[in-house]
Amino acid sequence: MFKNFNLNDNDMAQKVIAGVTVNANDEGYFEDPSQWNKDMAVEMSKEYNIELTDKHFAVLEFLRQKYLAGEQLTIRKVGTSGITDIKEFYKLFPGGPLKISSKLAGIPKPTSCV
Amino acid sequence: MTIQKEEHPLKKVCIICAKGAIEDVYAALLLANGAVMEGIEAKLFFTFFGLDAITKKQMNSLHTATVGNPAMRMPGGLPFPTLLGMLPGVEAGVSVMMKSQMEKLDIPPVKEFLEMIVAGGGEIYACKLAADMFKLKKEDLTEEVIDIITVGQFYELAGGQGTQIIFV
Repeated sequence: MFKNFNLNDNDMAQKVIAGVTVNANDEGYFEDPSQWNKDMAVEMSKEYNIELTDKHFAVLEFLRQKYLAGEQLTIRKVGTSGITDIKEFYKLFPGGPLKISSKLAGIPKPTSCV
Repeated sequence: MTIQKEEHPLKKVCIICAKGAIEDVYAALLLANGAVMEGIEAKLFFTFFGLDAITKKQMNSLHTATVGNPAMRMPGGLPFPTLLGMLPGVEAGVSVMMKSQMEKLDIPPVKEFLEMIVAGGGEIYACKLAADMFKLKKEDLTEEVIDIITVGQFYELAGGQGTQIIFV
């Protein structure tokens, strides 16, 4: 009757992206953002049928910057970043912009509700 | 914590907001925005006191109840006396405090929030019966509102597999 929640936090697995082994959880999010590089973003973007342009990379860099500065990421922050507005953000990463872009940026999934 | 992937993920949510207090309106807005952020289609339907959230004159001054709200407490956790809640200015003051707490968590004011939802593909509607009751016309409502529709039209919008209707 109830779905089984796996409360075990051993989600860490090793994944090979762009020829390099990285630590990622089973949703594909990087455990260690310092392992990321741009080629990995390109490879991961294929899963979402997204072709990364300079604009995409500008957003990914912004996200990494904010994450590494310890700030909580919200879609509102991206909208006011000056790099893109929210409508464009949805076009750049359709289907779940913040979720997808943070995966491609090699940072953990944001935990904010907005 | 890993949550198992659902075989039949949600495709569309239709959220009805019938109340005009801050907590009710924001619950509806967060549900709608959360949905579009996950790639789920979202339609928001405001009715009765919920119309305050999309009426130009009211949307920036939503309040929360300080009288008759059994869950209202003082900061610190002590009970909130009803007599205090009745005093002039207290309801407005508490509401402003609540909004500033939300701002700190990067939750935008109602107008900006509606813009964010629409930017993500969400659709905003108003209830015709409630609009007639409160004598409101489309010009009185914020630009993000697509149209004033009837309950029948709302149910048509809510059709389709993988759709859920949420009432706030």
